[in-house]
Amino acid sequence: MKNILLVVLVTLFGLTAQAQDKEVKKSKNAKYEVAVNGNCDMCKKRIEKAAFSVKGVKSAEWHADHQDLHIIMDENKSSIDDVCKAVAKAGHDTELVKATEEDFNKLHTCCMYDRME
Amino acid sequence: MRNILFYTALLCTLMVQAQDKLSGKVLDENSQPLPGASLYWLNTNVSASTEADGTFEIPYKTEYKKLLVSYIGYTTDTLTVESPDFISHSLKPSQGSKLDNVVIDKTRKSLKRTSASAANVVNMSSGELLKAACCNIAESFETNPSIDVNFSDALTGNRQIKMLGLTSPYLLISEENIPSVRGASQAYGLSFIPGTWVESIQITKGAGPVINGYESISGQINYELLKPAMDIPFFLNAYGSQGGRFELNTHFNKKLNDHWSSSLFVHGNTRVSKNDMNDDGFLDNPLAKQINVMNRWQYNNAETGWISFINLRYMRDEKQTGEVDFDPDTDKFTTNHWGAEINTDKLDISTKLGYVFPDMPYQSIGWQTSFNWHNQESYFGFNQYDIDQKSFYSNLIFNSILSNTLNKFSTGLNVTYDNYGEFVNTIDHSRIDNSVGAFFEYTYDNTRNFSLVAGGRFDYHNRLGAFLTPRMHLKYNPWDKATVRASFGRGKRAANIFAENQSLFGSSRVMSILNSGGKVYGLDPEIAWNYGLSFVQGFPLFNRNAEFVVDFYRTDFQNQAVVDLYASPQQVLFYNLDGKSYANSLQVELNYEITRHFNIRTAYKYYDIQTDYLSGAQDKPLQAKHRFFTNLAYETHIAEGGKQWKFDFTYNWMGKQRLPYTGSNPVEYQMGDYAPAFSLMNAQITRTFSSVFEVYVGGENIGNYRQNKAIVGADDPFGQYFDTSIVYAPVFGQMYYAGLRFKIK
Repeated sequence: MKNILLVVLVTLFGLTAQAQDKEVKKSKNAKYEVAVNGNCDMCKKRIEKAAFSVKGVKSAEWHADHQDLHIIMDENKSSIDDVCKAVAKAGHDTELVKATEEDFNKLHTCCMYDRME
Repeated sequence: MRNILFYTALLCTLMVQAQDKLSGKVLDENSQPLPGASLYWLNTNVSASTEADGTFEIPYKTEYKKLLVSYIGYTTDTLTVESPDFISHSLKPSQGSKLDNVVIDKTRKSLKRTSASAANVVNMSSGELLKAACCNIAESFETNPSIDVNFSDALTGNRQIKMLGLTSPYLLISEENIPSVRGASQAYGLSFIPGTWVESIQITKGAGPVINGYESISGQINYELLKPAMDIPFFLNAYGSQGGRFELNTHFNKKLNDHWSSSLFVHGNTRVSKNDMNDDGFLDNPLAKQINVMNRWQYNNAETGWISFINLRYMRDEKQTGEVDFDPDTDKFTTNHWGAEINTDKLDISTKLGYVFPDMPYQSIGWQTSFNWHNQESYFGFNQYDIDQKSFYSNLIFNSILSNTLNKFSTGLNVTYDNYGEFVNTIDHSRIDNSVGAFFEYTYDNTRNFSLVAGGRFDYHNRLGAFLTPRMHLKYNPWDKATVRASFGRGKRAANIFAENQSLFGSSRVMSILNSGGKVYGLDPEIAWNYGLSFVQGFPLFNRNAEFVVDFYRTDFQNQAVVDLYASPQQVLFYNLDGKSYANSLQVELNYEITRHFNIRTAYKYYDIQTDYLSGAQDKPLQAKHRFFTNLAYETHIAEGGKQWKFDFTYNWMGKQRLPYTGSNPVEYQMGDYAPAFSLMNAQITRTFSSVFEVYVGGENIGNYRQNKAIVGADDPFGQYFDTSIVYAPVFGQMYYAGLRFKIK
């Protein structure tokens, strides 16, 4: 009896652990820090707004002094690539995706950051 | 909600505190890296220099505040470092002939309107609190235009605060978001909190958040105490003033380990000499003694996300006032001399427990509980007043987001229990109040120019019944440096008519309650709606920052426990409002930085406060319709070793005030219908000798304005015309004080 219980428990445990494994791959609260270029408070608002426009992004904070964007997102809904694409579309170069010349030129003059070649 | 924000902020600060290096980058005027620039902390040997790419790392401790950055051919800059965040700093080439060092330090404004918040919140930092060196927080609002400080009676010298023209019972006063000054402590509660214990004060005008309860009507005042984890090991403040008042504050702090820290605050004050400046035979200020002790514990664990506070406090306050010759031992309850004694004991225990989800910094749970015991035993001539209140309060808050951090919410439950033992002469007014409530508050912020807070709560109270409390705040930035705010909300409360109007015991007035059907002393609960609109515009004027603020608030009472002093000078009537009662308040403020470190604040305030009394609509007594306020603050640059001078000057003008009716008294016992307009001036000078030692001297009421007849019928205190409650101006004339502060860091 005891043994059966043990077997059942072990199997259950194994199963749940497996099930968890699958979910870990796609975290509901995945944290990322990606390099994003910008200058000022206007940039901050634009970058964060672009990040929030992506489904699943729960928290987005851009730091001008570190030139990075802190993201907490649900990866089941979209990926960090999507976030970088959206930010690049708004005119800001990211670690993963660069902004097009056209989108960059749409920025306000004070937001024209130094682009890395 | 604000709590949790605070926890999060604290957690963050703690995490960065753990970081013992400050890093950054030094650039030249063209934003190119400057290699080999040197950096050092002022008054230390700790230094560093920049790498080829202009970056640097320098050891950091929280005591280090001033970072000097220099490079040959460039002007040396001094940076004020508040936290070890990455610093990016550009040096400017020094002008050939001028080799003088230019010191750049950003000074934080000590009185700051919070621009992020949807509600109209002004934060008073410790710097602002030091502008009025004495002594408890009832006295610390002198330099703040949003709050008016009045004189409640000629006996106790107690100061009463008002916001939007309504007295403090209509405010929710909380200590770290736990309601603190309420019920029995309404009259003297603020004077039981020593100013040196307070880290900052947040003043919210108009309807406040719903999280702390349903009682606030005209606004909320929250004060934060010093946090053991951030406190310095030792602090001493000694104060003495003309008139024989002495105060002593000592703080001890110990960090026990990485997680636990504790502070012990000991406060004592006394007034030993008898003063009768106006020769009316009565003391201008009570003889007083207070001992006030608090022990505070803080637990922080940044890794697990847990934070906790435990507070223990005991206070004993004794006051004796009345005729100069009054001796309690021989004259109490006799007609030899008129006198009064007010003795208060207070015991508070409170705990807070907060948890921030480590992988979700925007989600947290907070739980606050507090137990308070307040016992006042007092007599005023033949009037005896005893009140004992035992309270329990508990609040559970959950904060999280809806899909993202632009949409936040707070929700929770709270429970209150108040057991009052109250005796007015021999009449027993004891009662038990209890309530349970649930709240939900939603905050939307588009991060650019619009935010909204919409909250509601549902409560069930054994005397107030079951009711909803809706509240809402909107903020919009229409253009650069401009903010428009709007708010509305409802408040409901049980008026503790005797505790709140204790000053009337110092008179021969007969108190009568005209209604008997209600559940609070026979009266119905007070219900009011508050609406507010405010506009702030910042603009440059001669290259300096200026700020223009205008706000208008209206409070409309649906029911009020009316305190009627117009019926007869021998009576005070309490009854339910029948008709209209409202308070309109308009405030226009202009603040300007005249030169660096020299700021001026000016405000004009207009109050229109009317109530339908039995005798018809009348202005509320002892309230000036027009007030003008100005504050000038100047400080010198902080010199080597922390040497600094600070100067502060406040001017207040009060227009004429309507007085309670005395027209039926014999001529010598009449006060007239209006009190004259007058002005008051306060000034203070602080000399800082080093970052650990400073002294200050100051004067209050320098113009020596005094109310010429403070006590009606002072010559016959047991007669029917005696009244000490009609006080519209200081009774004590000019008063000078001096004190010192010493710290061990």
